[in-house]
Amino acid sequence: MDFPILTYMIFIPLAGMIVVMLLNKEAHTLIRYTSAFFSFVVFILSCILVANFDGSTAQLQFVERADWIPSLGITYYLGADGISVPMLFLTGMLSFLSIVASFNITNRVKEYFAFFLLLEVGMVGVFCALDFFLFYIFWEVMLVPMYFLIGIWGGPRKEYAAIKFFLYTLFGSVLMLVGIIALYFYTDPHTLSIPELIARNSMYGYTFQLIVFAAFFIGFAIKVPVWPFHTWLPDAHVEAPTAVSVILAGVLLKMGTYGLMRISYPMFPEAGVYYATPVALLGMIAIIYGAFVSMAQKDLKKLVAYSSVSHMGYCMLGLGALTTAGFAGCMFQMFSHGVLTGAMFLLVGVLYDRAHTREIAAFGGIGAKIPLYTGIFILFGMGSLGLPGLSGFVSEFMVFIGAFGSEYIATWIVVVSILGVVLTAGYILRMVQRVFLGPFNTRWEDLTEMNGRELFTVIPLAIFTIFIGVYPKPLVDMITASLDNVVRIVTG
Amino acid sequence: MIEYSYIIAFLPLLSYALIVFFFSKSNKMASGVAITAVLTSFVLSTIVLFEVLADHGPHIFEYEWISMPGLELPLSIYIDPLAAVMLMVVTIVSSCVHIYSIGYMHGDPRFPRFFSFLSLFTFSMLGLVISGTFFATFIFWELVGLTSYLLIGFWFEKKVAADAGKKAFITTKIGDLGFLAGLLILYAAAGTLNYEDIYHLIEHHQIPVIILSAAGILLFCGAVGKSAQFPLHVWLPDAMEGPTPVSALIHAATMVAAGVYLTARIMSIIVVSESAAITIAYIGGFTALMAASIGLVQNDIKRVLAYSTVSQLGYMILALGCGGYTAGTFHLMTHAFFKALLFLGAGSVIHAAHTNDIQEMGGLAKKMPITSKTFFIASLSIAGIFPLSGFWSKDEIFLSILEEGHIGLLILAIVVAGMTAFYMFRLCFLTFTGEPRNKEKYEHAHESPNTMTYPLIFLAILAVCAGWVGIPWLHHGYASFVYHHHPHHPHPNYMLMLIGTIVAVGGIYLAYLMYYKRSIDPVAMGARFKGIYTFLFNKWWFDELYMGTVIRFVYWFMEVLYRFDQGVIDWFVNFVGRFGLFNARFWQTFDVYVIDGAVNGAGIVTRWFAGGLRKIQTGAVQNYAFVVFLGVVLFILFRFM
Repeated sequence: MDFPILTYMIFIPLAGMIVVMLLNKEAHTLIRYTSAFFSFVVFILSCILVANFDGSTAQLQFVERADWIPSLGITYYLGADGISVPMLFLTGMLSFLSIVASFNITNRVKEYFAFFLLLEVGMVGVFCALDFFLFYIFWEVMLVPMYFLIGIWGGPRKEYAAIKFFLYTLFGSVLMLVGIIALYFYTDPHTLSIPELIARNSMYGYTFQLIVFAAFFIGFAIKVPVWPFHTWLPDAHVEAPTAVSVILAGVLLKMGTYGLMRISYPMFPEAGVYYATPVALLGMIAIIYGAFVSMAQKDLKKLVAYSSVSHMGYCMLGLGALTTAGFAGCMFQMFSHGVLTGAMFLLVGVLYDRAHTREIAAFGGIGAKIPLYTGIFILFGMGSLGLPGLSGFVSEFMVFIGAFGSEYIATWIVVVSILGVVLTAGYILRMVQRVFLGPFNTRWEDLTEMNGRELFTVIPLAIFTIFIGVYPKPLVDMITASLDNVVRIVTG
Repeated sequence: MIEYSYIIAFLPLLSYALIVFFFSKSNKMASGVAITAVLTSFVLSTIVLFEVLADHGPHIFEYEWISMPGLELPLSIYIDPLAAVMLMVVTIVSSCVHIYSIGYMHGDPRFPRFFSFLSLFTFSMLGLVISGTFFATFIFWELVGLTSYLLIGFWFEKKVAADAGKKAFITTKIGDLGFLAGLLILYAAAGTLNYEDIYHLIEHHQIPVIILSAAGILLFCGAVGKSAQFPLHVWLPDAMEGPTPVSALIHAATMVAAGVYLTARIMSIIVVSESAAITIAYIGGFTALMAASIGLVQNDIKRVLAYSTVSQLGYMILALGCGGYTAGTFHLMTHAFFKALLFLGAGSVIHAAHTNDIQEMGGLAKKMPITSKTFFIASLSIAGIFPLSGFWSKDEIFLSILEEGHIGLLILAIVVAGMTAFYMFRLCFLTFTGEPRNKEKYEHAHESPNTMTYPLIFLAILAVCAGWVGIPWLHHGYASFVYHHHPHHPHPNYMLMLIGTIVAVGGIYLAYLMYYKRSIDPVAMGARFKGIYTFLFNKWWFDELYMGTVIRFVYWFMEVLYRFDQGVIDWFVNFVGRFGLFNARFWQTFDVYVIDGAVNGAGIVTRWFAGGLRKIQTGAVQNYAFVVFLGVVLFILFRFM
């Protein structure tokens, strides 16, 4: 494909941002539809990307490379493989849906959508940058709009949440920067190209690998977030407006695991093996711990937020396994969690817009009043608890099989992690019951069913959840070669 | 037809989709579509049955699903005689339940939804039956769990119903952990989850017995959950909160049958692994006894039947644990028919009497002739009275236990047979005979409409005749069709038949004396054995035990972890933040007072000096001339002195 599709995907939202900024700030409808249009174009491009992607090879595709700052060896280097294409697609889809879901924002509309489009620039950029300099820029570009989106349009404790998110992530990215600089000076000739640094991975000494892996790991772990770096997440999620929560959970968290797969493991294979057990252990703790803490939540959104901690634990377990099945499970979980949790946040937002509360105990029996909403919510709840036929099951099963068959981690870690399945069922069903079932709480007599726009934002996600769950082959074929390649680099 | 047998399963799924998307407002269309689908499935199952009768198979059809290095997970269809028989059982019972539900659910505001769920339930169970890999079985297994959750909690406005659905889902999910772990072990050891491949590997001793035992017992944990065996039986009686046709479906042909079916599917493991066999046999035996004992004293018509189901499932599991593949699955089939009949009959009674409590019934036989007659037939069948279905299958079970030489278990099984006869006829007499104990409810009672009674009659015929396919003198019809490895025809043991009959008749006679003739006062009996009675009436306090231990622990632990999360981890994060802020303030202070102070101090000192020195800057020439002069004088003095 000669068309520089990745560049377009990065810069179309940027163009959209500029256009939005030029619009009259009172023209709310125009601003909304303009932003939706630009993000829709990106979404279409991501579909084209998927259609043109050849999953049979681990080669980087759609590569674009140009000199940028030659004196420092910095290049404008983009490309995509089986690890990034699903993420780019997810980003394209969730960004578009989130923008549509944000149509009910009435406060400082212009700034909101401008920031949102800038956020998309950063996200798309991270998933296709292959030069560390570029990668780092996009990584940081993402932070700024996120900070403002939470800090301006958030809930009551928005300033606290925004600053916590910003500083915490910044702390992580500084460690990552240290790692990048270390790599830059360690290699000769100096380069910042990620594929080249991977190709030279045999040059890195063992201790060097262990230290730099750890630096990167903390940077990525904060993003995932891996237990115990997770406490920014519930605050940020709860305070953020609905669409921002969707992006946070659906895309931003995946950057952590993406970074591990794209950078940490192939670049520091020996360290990857060395840290296999700790990584899997952290995954196990997150699964169990996240599930228990979710169960204790009284706020619907916080429950979903903590469930992310638990669900991302499966990713870590799969990574720690260092098997193709484990990595594929991780990748599946990234996609599946993006879809499921994205939808969950949208649904919580729908309810909050009507009820102005998210307290689980305040509801009860509303399933009789809004059956359609209830049905959709239960569908995603079931996906979340790993019901076969929906995407979550496939990823969990792959992670378990991959981890159980792994020679790098102990069996008991997997056995303990399996308990998460029941705990997840526990907190999801408990929540469903307390909100939707039981005697009808007459306080919600006036609750209305989902409207067309809201349905429009969740239906595609429902389709994907079912499609991936029933027929995972397309996604499997897309990711297998690339993941197998990474696993082979790590385990030799 | 056999290569298209997936159509049998997918028709109800199609019906589900149609109802959800198109007929969610139309009662007629919804029930029409659902019934058409299930009846068509029934017809197709019949065709498949005949094809399998001609060629036992197994007929296997494989479809690629997930395929990557180190992970091959195909889906496949596996039709052997057992699957063919189960297809028949499921579609027959499901059809009866569907038709019956038209009458039973009449007037329910969510009537179409009910039929959509029934379709989904039937789909899941049929899918499970035709699955050819443990993995596919697991998929449908979980779907069965989901649909039972939806159906048990169908009247979710009732808190007990919603609770029961949740309890069923989570309890069976605990068993599924074992299932999942078993799959992982099996996959790690065999590299496949296909039935056929695994059977092959086992036969050629490619998998170590110790691993097989572990895998077998873990897979069986799944069955313990689904088939409501001790210690995970607690969900089934609560599941009575669902609409009665659902109970019939769950208890007869789906859900609980799934566990037995899975256990039959791991027969190859049971045969090789002594420890797995023993575990399974004893769990089954204990469950049979425990549940029967609870059934003796319950007063809710559906609860008695529920414990009866648990107990009968224990029988089947016991038989399978003893290697009685034919016996266990045979009883699964006969039980499906008479238990469906019992539940539908109970539903008919509840529909008429508006109560579940048998102490409020009595004398209903006059008002409900068809219901009562069919109910009596089913009771005779489950009690094991010659020549009804239950007699033959129960006899097979006794025989298979005897062949394994577990005399203790055999005695236990016979005792349970007596208890079964007793509690079933206690139920019959209290419900249908004697004086009405609640006049008002009696007056309102009436026979149910035809849509409800016709299925009863049809099932009653099956409750009588279905067992005849297994009569030993008729060429062992069933045993020559459904068998493990080789057909096995034990000689009919007339002694066992006689004992079984005596025990059953004894049980019925005791119930007759206590609840019909009233020559023994049940209340006095209850008072006399108060301790035992309370113990049984409270269901051995299992619910209370689990509530007080596991569930309490989970609730306690979740609070502890949440406090830890907020009080320790997040506190530390905030501490770091505050420490940073504190540092900032400290250095700001330092900056203001020390560094900036130093700068300012330098200025102050300079100014101070400057202030002093300024005084000599008088600007008067004579003063300067004087100083110059003084300097010169001093210079000369120092220079020349």
